[in-house]
Amino acid sequence: MKNKTKNGTGLHIVKRASISWYKAMGIRAIALVCAILVCAIVTWALTRESPLEVMATIFGGSFASQRRFWVMMQDLSVLLLISLAMAPAFRMKFWNIGGEGQVMIGCLATAACMITLGNRLPNGLVILLSLISAVIAGGIWGLIPAVCKAKWNTNETLFTLMMNYVAIQLCAYFIILWEKPKGSGKVGIINQSSHAGWLPVIGRYKYLLTVIVAAAVTIFIFCYMKYSKHGYELAVVGESQNTARYVGIRVGRVIVRTMLLSGAVCGLTGFMLVAGSDHTITTTLANGRGFTAVLVAWMAKFNPFGMIFTSFLITFMSKGAGEVATNFNLNESFSDILTSIIIFFLIGCEFFIQYRIVRKKEAK
Amino acid sequence: MDNKQPAVSMRGITKTFGKVVANDHVSIDIYKGEILSLLGENGSGKTTLMNMLSGIYYPDSGHIYINGREEFIHSPKDALDLGIGMVHQHFKLVDVMTATENIILGLNEGKFDLKAASKRISEICDRYGFELDPNQKIYDMSVSQKQTVEIVKMLYRKADILILDEPTAVLTPQETERLFDVLRNMKKDGKAIIIITHKLNEVLEISDWVDILNKGKFIGNLKTSETNTQEMTDMMVGHAVKLDIERPEPKDAKPRIIVKGLTVSSADGIRKLDDVSFDIRSGEILGIAGISGSGQRELLEAIAGLQKIDTGEITYIDDSGKKSNLVGEDPEAIAEMGVALSFVPEDRLGMGLVGNMDLTDNMMLRSFRKGKGPFTDRKIPQNLAKEVVEELSVDTPGLSTPVRRLSGGNVQKVLVGREIASNPTVLLTAYAVRGLDINSSYVIYDLMNRQKEKGVAVVYVGEDLDVLLELADRILVLCGGKVSGILDGRTANKNEVGLLMTSLGGAS
Repeated sequence: MKNKTKNGTGLHIVKRASISWYKAMGIRAIALVCAILVCAIVTWALTRESPLEVMATIFGGSFASQRRFWVMMQDLSVLLLISLAMAPAFRMKFWNIGGEGQVMIGCLATAACMITLGNRLPNGLVILLSLISAVIAGGIWGLIPAVCKAKWNTNETLFTLMMNYVAIQLCAYFIILWEKPKGSGKVGIINQSSHAGWLPVIGRYKYLLTVIVAAAVTIFIFCYMKYSKHGYELAVVGESQNTARYVGIRVGRVIVRTMLLSGAVCGLTGFMLVAGSDHTITTTLANGRGFTAVLVAWMAKFNPFGMIFTSFLITFMSKGAGEVATNFNLNESFSDILTSIIIFFLIGCEFFIQYRIVRKKEAK
Repeated sequence: MDNKQPAVSMRGITKTFGKVVANDHVSIDIYKGEILSLLGENGSGKTTLMNMLSGIYYPDSGHIYINGREEFIHSPKDALDLGIGMVHQHFKLVDVMTATENIILGLNEGKFDLKAASKRISEICDRYGFELDPNQKIYDMSVSQKQTVEIVKMLYRKADILILDEPTAVLTPQETERLFDVLRNMKKDGKAIIIITHKLNEVLEISDWVDILNKGKFIGNLKTSETNTQEMTDMMVGHAVKLDIERPEPKDAKPRIIVKGLTVSSADGIRKLDDVSFDIRSGEILGIAGISGSGQRELLEAIAGLQKIDTGEITYIDDSGKKSNLVGEDPEAIAEMGVALSFVPEDRLGMGLVGNMDLTDNMMLRSFRKGKGPFTDRKIPQNLAKEVVEELSVDTPGLSTPVRRLSGGNVQKVLVGREIASNPTVLLTAYAVRGLDINSSYVIYDLMNRQKEKGVAVVYVGEDLDVLLELADRILVLCGGKVSGILDGRTANKNEVGLLMTSLGGAS
């Protein structure tokens, strides 16, 4: 017989019945501290730089200057917007990993409006048409897999993933079509001289508008999911389609409607990227954020306000990691290593939020 | 007590889950060559106690002695090493594998030899009288066959202390008989057998001893040959309960729903209902009897608009005599037609309720569309939840507790409470008291009788014939998707219904 059956002590994993929010946040905070410490140790072990200096550099990546702060806020807002778009679909257990494509198609629609209509129509109208077409384009990109899911129960994960490639290829095609100057393979800054179709800048803050839009969408999605009839229906569909049918919810309609919303918010994000901040289109404009958003949404358990925190965390760390890589003459891979360490800790700590470890003593 | 050494002796076992004390200093003994019934209401701690013996839980305090030696059981593997095997209520089998593959799965016997394994399995089957084809795939098996695989799996692993958690819950009367024969053979072979149950007649039929638990505490140990149903019931519930169910005379019964020639097939084309015709009357309880899987679920779901119908008519007649056709309509459309239909489905947490949502949100399932505007009103469902909790004495920490955390009886009270609250004219119920303790069951019977007195047409699909015969005004018997008879509940007897359940010949 094995040794452990002979004694009555040992570690047991017990599922928590519930956990108070401050305890959960405490565990996450500890995880974050551990992550930063491990990052510092790894950096020190590999480069012999002082850990304190490394940590200061990570912090500096987002807060060293006002410009850095605003760039961080912009990136945070974009990531948050895409995460917000994912939340209703994921709550419905519709595994939409097509955020990337839905954003890109929104970018494409915006760029198309700016290029073809800019300087021909009044600026306000160009912006309005860009917005509408981006939202519709994103919506359609969400709608296609949803309709197929509702009608023929196709696998939404594969479908939305493939839609990403279609969107990116479409962008690549139009970039060549619109390239400027010819032969460069790039679109360049659209309407650089006239600024036609560019969103207005609030005061001196180029990125403030995106932040405001992200804040408004956060509140909207929160209310939509928590208080609206639609939000209730999609939660029921996500928990149990049988129950949904039993109470007379038309499941297909809810899937289509929710994905339309999800895609539309992605489209809006694309519009903000092209008309608001970048004023150009490249195939890497979404930059993988359509996928990172899935992580952000999951870590926050689809709570829009939690997503502010998780998207801040991800943005803050990737900015910091990038800064460490440049400041200490390390390449991009190093910042990836640091980001991975942090994500590892943040996801890993969820285990301790779900379970607790108990030491058992045999009363003997 | 004789001076034999017990095969298993559990002493002063305590187990708590958070604040809930599931077992409170429970001590039981099990001897070789005997069958022990562990009797108690739902939530009395029977399964928890056995889970500690089989290594799934670890007791907070107390001692377990196997054949006189103290042992510490940390895992199911430890339990099996000690010869303890448990067959759970929910089978743990791999569907796409054969019986043999499932049985040897996870065993390390050196050489992987399926042939030798099936030979040994056949030997075990012959020895105890199991009927099992070792090469049959699990997905081709009936529930009873799957159970056989689980039991043989334990015997193959040389278990000589066997725990069965409510083994008869999923079996037909004939299958139960067969299982009991096998258990008697195993007992003769010197195995110690523990059966967790709350069916009193089965306790009397099969076991030598019965240990009774109530609310986690050990109440008493009785010799089965020296006790009776009444004594066991009293000990189980803690106080004497009246066993007979009230049955008021139906008043002014008139047809509410007429079903004519209803035929339904499953998604794989198997005919589930075949030319079924009957009527449901207001102010009356229609009992539906049948071996499980005879088409009861499909019948109720067809009426509720959840099942695709091949042919047939379902007509609803309201108080003014206006007729509406329900075939081809979904639940929302049926509700919009003004048909107040309530349905308590068999699968409570998978269909009737959302396990992860709290009481208020579950109450809202029926009412969330009410009210203008895009937002939901949580006040009304919250008040309803409060009412249901108070009136049906639902045991819950609060209104914001997810319903999956409640015990089976309380889940059912929440579901039935909600369905009745919408003032239905038709109330369909499927296995409304399955898995419920006696007190909760009576609460449900009572609720159905109140509805009947209000003139609601009540349908009660049940599995306990004694209850059906005492509760229902008329009994519809299904057999293989066909109606094999409609009997008067007051004059029918158990034998008659049992015969109709198993053969269509009984009707002709």
